[in-house]
Amino acid sequence: MIKVNGKDYPWEEGLSIKQLLVNKGFTFPLLVVILNGKAIADNEYVGTVVNDGDEVKIIHLMSGG
Amino acid sequence: MNRLEMKTAHKLVGTFNYQLGQLEKGYANRTLYINLSTNGFAEKPVTELMKQKFIGGRGFGLKLLWDGIQGHTQWNDPENELIISPGPIGGITQYPGAGKSYVVALSPLTQSAMDSNAGGHFGPFLKFSGWDALEIQGKAERDVIVFIDGTKGTVTIEEAPLEAVNSHILVEQLTDMYAESEADKGTISVVAAGEAAEHTLIGLLNFSFYDARRKAVRVKQAGRGGMGTVFRDKHIKALVIKSPKVRGDLNNPADMSALKKAGQKIHEEIRTLDDSQCRMRKVGTAHLTQIMNDYDLLPVRNYKFGSHPEATKIADDVFLAKYFHLNGHDECWYGCSLACAKVVKSFQLKTGPYQGKEVLVDGPEYETTSAAGSVLGIFDPEFVIETNFYCDTYGVDALSFGTATAFVMECYENGVIDDRVTGGLKLNFGNAEAALELLHRMAKGEGFGKMAGLGIRRMKKLFAEQYGANPDFLQDIGMEVKGLEFSEYVTKESLAQQGGYGLANKGAQHDEAWLIFMDMVNHEIPTFEDKAEALFYYPMFRTWFSLNGLCKLPWNDIVPADNHLTAEPAKVPEHVHNYVEIYNGVTGANIDDKGLISQSEVVYNFQRVFNVRMGFGTREYDQVPYRAVGPVTVEEYESRQDRYDAQLKDILNLDPEGKTTAEKVQILRNYREEQYRKLCDAVYLRRGWDANGIPTIKTLERLGIDFPEVAAVVKKKMTQG
Ligand code: SF4
Repeated sequence: MIKVNGKDYPWEEGLSIKQLLVNKGFTFPLLVVILNGKAIADNEYVGTVVNDGDEVKIIHLMSGG
Repeated sequence: MNRLEMKTAHKLVGTFNYQLGQLEKGYANRTLYINLSTNGFAEKPVTELMKQKFIGGRGFGLKLLWDGIQGHTQWNDPENELIISPGPIGGITQYPGAGKSYVVALSPLTQSAMDSNAGGHFGPFLKFSGWDALEIQGKAERDVIVFIDGTKGTVTIEEAPLEAVNSHILVEQLTDMYAESEADKGTISVVAAGEAAEHTLIGLLNFSFYDARRKAVRVKQAGRGGMGTVFRDKHIKALVIKSPKVRGDLNNPADMSALKKAGQKIHEEIRTLDDSQCRMRKVGTAHLTQIMNDYDLLPVRNYKFGSHPEATKIADDVFLAKYFHLNGHDECWYGCSLACAKVVKSFQLKTGPYQGKEVLVDGPEYETTSAAGSVLGIFDPEFVIETNFYCDTYGVDALSFGTATAFVMECYENGVIDDRVTGGLKLNFGNAEAALELLHRMAKGEGFGKMAGLGIRRMKKLFAEQYGANPDFLQDIGMEVKGLEFSEYVTKESLAQQGGYGLANKGAQHDEAWLIFMDMVNHEIPTFEDKAEALFYYPMFRTWFSLNGLCKLPWNDIVPADNHLTAEPAKVPEHVHNYVEIYNGVTGANIDDKGLISQSEVVYNFQRVFNVRMGFGTREYDQVPYRAVGPVTVEEYESRQDRYDAQLKDILNLDPEGKTTAEKVQILRNYREEQYRKLCDAVYLRRGWDANGIPTIKTLERLGIDFPEVAAVVKKKMTQG
């Protein structure tokens, strides 16, 4: 189990940030991802692996009129 | 009919000559007053106090309106005013998004002060012609054009009987008429409404700009709150302005280098990052349609639902692949490299008075894809474009049209109204033909079109009184607050955004706050205090754009590459800093980011007291329809049963097993309504208002707006209770 935005979320072996975004259906482009307190740049989403017990914040910014 | 015949038919009924001058640090230091009943004019000085407290734009509009009317003035009294003001930063060309005009008037929908903004060139041209605001009072006897010639220093009121009323024709006619040559067209801007603005209360204003690459007059809309209705009620056919040639230094800023520095940085961000962020340059705000659908936030069938499998048919990729034309000027003011003002260059109309004609359509934006699409249960891009076109040219706010028509459709499907009432229109969800026909009838003021054009609040009353409808049901499903129809977001899962709509000064528009992600997805503001803080900061910050002639989009529809490393990325701190820099750079002031919030707080509280003065502005007027809070019907509950059942279990500790859906709807409702009450309590406290939502005298004193007439309104209301 991991925590995503403060809520429990099932973990799977080899889960990347990119895959987590897909699993969560997070399609919004303006995201800030923080893994265990460390900001992850968007070009690192594919290569960054989430481990069991990790805490991920996926902050959606805002857009639109 | 040719332009010469039209021009010859003009009858001059008023002329005013004024000294041309230079702007100083973003201000002309005077405003132009026109009275259409007397054909009189006046030049009003802008005092230091006015600049300090009200800044410009919406702030100037509210102050001038306050001074011009009484607490009992009605929207259609000649005394009502229509004010257009850009603000001190308005018209700079170094930083994106600095061409907005802010319109203020008493609204026919809310009967209180409304503000609405538009791009286009009128606002900056007004300043370059020597005026910080245009204030129009009175009513002309016959249709008039007000022409401000900022190259000569003249203002004329001209009766104009022959020009078209509908905007797409009128803006072309007047641009041709007042420009001396093709090259001169870029110096003209026109404000116009349309025939539906005469017959409905949801009229909008179009603000034009000339797109030299496409050789076409484009329009941007001040849509909300019936500003076009006030315009036509005053018998204004159009406002036309001719500006001196635009230069980047016309504002005479205190420190041009500060503007250039901030501008260069953000232009580079836009150039390098927009394609991987919001793609505003390619698809504008339409990029949001698919996203809102993905997050269950896209209004579907009168906000019953937040997504639909067919939403892909009205998503940005469809418009990009088949309809948008990208090779022109998609910046609605010079220097906006975000250039989100997308256009369908040639579209053949299928219905209405212009059936068969090829027209240019400004848009659609995200909101239109909902208002002329999903909220009606219609997923047809050509319906979106056609409705977009007719709303603009008729002068109808597409958002109010869509939200009100969705309400009508739900009423029709529930037997509240039938074919006899609708004049035979089968207004089921999904019926595009009927929806368009309703729009055409609104324009003509015919039959049910006239009734629907009154907006949801008045329809609720009429349906209950005349057709015996259950007023509670209508209250639950009629998506309006303070009389203004909702803009296009589903708020059921975000308490903070319910407040964002309910507590907004003007009514249910999201321009004060858009907190859905922060609340519902990020879970960043879990407590009432957190939500109240967000409902303090964001409405104040966003109000600031309206004081300065700015567009909000370049604040957060593009973010710096290192924004994720900042402490509060949602605020986009670097861009906030840019705004501080450009404000100081233009005006020579020395504010910081807190100063920016304080400026807004003054005007925001003044507007709240304005609402009190007009008989509103208290807790009862901050209430939202239950459809915005949770599932009204069994159908809605069951469509998201897992979610709601889980909430009963997790939050209320209740076992949903064995309960009927109707029982569960009621339990959830009791809980959510209580949450909303508590939210209001927390927000009032944070804003320095009393338990009834009125700014206290102490708050007015702190903000320096305890002017006798303002304090008197508050004291009177507090004694009345
Ligand atoms: S971002 Fe879009 S709406 Fe805002 S000023 Fe630029 S072009 Fe106009």
